[in-house]
Amino acid sequence: MSSRNQILEAIKNAQPAIKPLPVLDYTVVTPIQELISSFEQFVNAVGGRVRFVDQSADLTLEIENARQEGQIILNRLNGFSTLDEISPDLAELEKLDRVYVRASLGVAENGAIWVEETAMGNRILPFIAQELVLVLREEELVPTMHDAYQRIRINQEGFGVFIAGPSKTADIEQSLVIGAHGPVALTVLILKSGLVVPV
Amino acid sequence: MSSRHAQLAEQFNADEPRTNWHDQTLWWVRQKRDRAANTLPEWEQLRQWASDIKDHTLSNLHAYLLEFEKNALANGVFVHWATDAEEHNRIIYEILQKAGVDHIVKSKSMLTEECHLNPYLQGKGIDVVDTDLGERIVQFREEAPSHIVLPAIHLKKEDVSNTFHEHLGTEKGNNDPQYLTHAARLHLREKFIQSDIAITGVNFAIAETGGIVVCTNEGNADMGAHAARVHIACMGFEKIIPKAEHLGVFTRLLARSATGQPITTYTSHFHRPAPGKEMHIVLVDNGRSRQLGREDFRNSLKCIRCAACFNTCPVYRRSGGHSYHTAVAGPIGSILNPNLDMKANADLPFASTLCGSCSNVCPVKINIHEQLWKWRQVISAEGLTAPSKKLGMQLMAWVLARPGIYRFAGKTARWVISNLPFLVKNKTWNPWFKQREMPEAPKQSFQEWYINQQRS
Repeated sequence: MSSRNQILEAIKNAQPAIKPLPVLDYTVVTPIQELISSFEQFVNAVGGRVRFVDQSADLTLEIENARQEGQIILNRLNGFSTLDEISPDLAELEKLDRVYVRASLGVAENGAIWVEETAMGNRILPFIAQELVLVLREEELVPTMHDAYQRIRINQEGFGVFIAGPSKTADIEQSLVIGAHGPVALTVLILKSGLVVPV
Repeated sequence: MSSRHAQLAEQFNADEPRTNWHDQTLWWVRQKRDRAANTLPEWEQLRQWASDIKDHTLSNLHAYLLEFEKNALANGVFVHWATDAEEHNRIIYEILQKAGVDHIVKSKSMLTEECHLNPYLQGKGIDVVDTDLGERIVQFREEAPSHIVLPAIHLKKEDVSNTFHEHLGTEKGNNDPQYLTHAARLHLREKFIQSDIAITGVNFAIAETGGIVVCTNEGNADMGAHAARVHIACMGFEKIIPKAEHLGVFTRLLARSATGQPITTYTSHFHRPAPGKEMHIVLVDNGRSRQLGREDFRNSLKCIRCAACFNTCPVYRRSGGHSYHTAVAGPIGSILNPNLDMKANADLPFASTLCGSCSNVCPVKINIHEQLWKWRQVISAEGLTAPSKKLGMQLMAWVLARPGIYRFAGKTARWVISNLPFLVKNKTWNPWFKQREMPEAPKQSFQEWYINQQRS
C-alpha cells in the first residue's frame, strides 16, 4: 500500500465519531466604530506609519521627486507617475530603496493590509525592498479579520499576504529590532474618500 | 532515564542570574499575551470556536485531507505523503536531487526539527541555512532551538555577539541587538537570493482551497520562498482547517497568544506556484495517526504552536527548553513526545506542577494539564517510571491510607524541622532542598488547629 493510502487508512480507523462544525455568529464580535483612527493606531503600534493623500497629484509628485533625488524607486501604482518594469535579477531588486504597491484591503483591529500577487508584479517585491509603501482607499478598511476573510477570496490569486508593519524580530534578548529580512519601514498611504485617480 | 529533565534542569539552574532572567522574560511575554487577550471581549468565544473547529476537523480528517489534496493538485502543487520522519527526509532529498541543488534555505518548521532534517541533509552534503534569526543563531552554535517561537531565548546578547563575531566577523564585544540583527540581515539576504530551493513550515492548510498559510514576523519565509525556484512546505497533517473563513478565528488568536502582537507581520497565503516555478507540500504522519486514536490524548493534535503554554509554565520558565531534550519542549511537548517515544520521553509528563495554567492560556483549549496527569498513569502502568519515584509513591500511598501513621509522620516531621534542621536542610539527603528554601514548621497540624477551633 502507498504511504498515502496507509496514512489515510490509519486516520480513518483512528478518527472519532463526527463532531459538529460550529456556526460562527459574528454578532458577538466587538464592533469597531472609528475604522480609520483604529487602523492608524495599529499601523503605528506595529511599527508603520500612515499618511493621507488629498490630491492624486501629490502622490505623483512625491514619486517623481524621490526619483530625482536619486533614490531607486519601483512604482507599481496605476495612475500615479510612470509604471516601472521589474527586473528578473534579484540582486538588482535587492538594491531597491522604495517600492509603491496598491493594496486592496486594510484591517482596523490590527493594522494588517491585504496585498495580492498581480498588484505586486513579482511576489518578492514587498519583501525585498528597503521601504514598502502600500496604497489604500479610505473605503477599503474593514473592522476585523472576520470581515476581511469575508471580503477577500484567498485563492483569487496564486499568492496573497496580510502585511502588518515593517519586518521585525526580537530574537536577541527580546529586544525589538525593526528590519529583520524584509523592509525596514512601512508607509501606508490612504487615498481620501472620493479622490479621483487619473488613468 | 526518567529523571533526565530534572538532571538537565539542574545544569540550567547552575547559573542563577540567567535562570531568573529567563523566568522573568518569559513571564513578561505571558503578560503581553494577557494584555492582548483582554482587549477582545469575545476572547473566550474565539477560543471556543477555535477548539470546536479543531475538534470537528479531527473527527473528519480523512475527508478533509482528501479535499485538501484534490484542491492543491488542481492548483498545480505537488502533494507528497510521508508516514514517518525518514520518509519525509527522503522525499525532500529526492526533490533536491532532481533539481540538482546542494544548498537551501529553510524558515522555521518545528516538523523538520522533529524529523531531524538538517543532520540528514548535511549527511548527504547539502548546505542548509536556517533563516529565522533565532534559529540561525542556534544553528551557528550547533544547538537545538529551546522554544518553538523564540528559538534563542536561552541565550544572552553577549552569547549572540560572540557567535556572530566567530561566524560573521562582527565587532568583538559589540552586543547591540540592532547591530547584530543588521549583520544577520546582510548575511541572510545574500543567502536568500542565492538559493534555488526554499523550505518553509505551515501554520494552516485550508481544505476548501488547497492552499497554505505561513506566519512570520521577520519575512524570512517569504524572502526564501519567493526568491527560490522551488518551494517545499512541510506540515503535520493536523494543520488542516476546513474553510478560509476559519482563518479569521485563528489569525486573531495566534499572535496574541504567542507574543501579544495583534497579528504577525506577515500572514502569507500560498495557493499556486508563481509562473515557471514549482511548489511542493509534504504531508507527514510520524505518529500523528496513533495519537489520533488515543482518546485521552487525541486533542493534543489541535495545537497551533503559539507557545503560550511555555511562557506561562513555572517549570519551563525555570528549567529552559533544552531540559526537555525534544524538538517541541514545554507543556505541549510533554504530552506530544511520549506518543513519539514513550520510553525516551517518560520523564516529561512529570516535569510539571499540574497547576493548570497551560490549559487556561491555550487558544484551542487543549486540556494539557489533565493529559500530563493521564500520561503519568500510562507511563507508570508501562513500568517506565524511575524506581526511586515508584518506591516513593508506594510509600506515600501506604502512609496516606493509614490515618494514625499519617498523623505520627506529620508530628515527627514538624519536630525534626524545628529541632534537627540539618537533617532536612541537606542537599545530599533531601533533593527538595536544592534550589529551594525549606518552610518553617507549623506548631500544630491542620487537624489539631481545627479541633481547637471547634472547642473555642
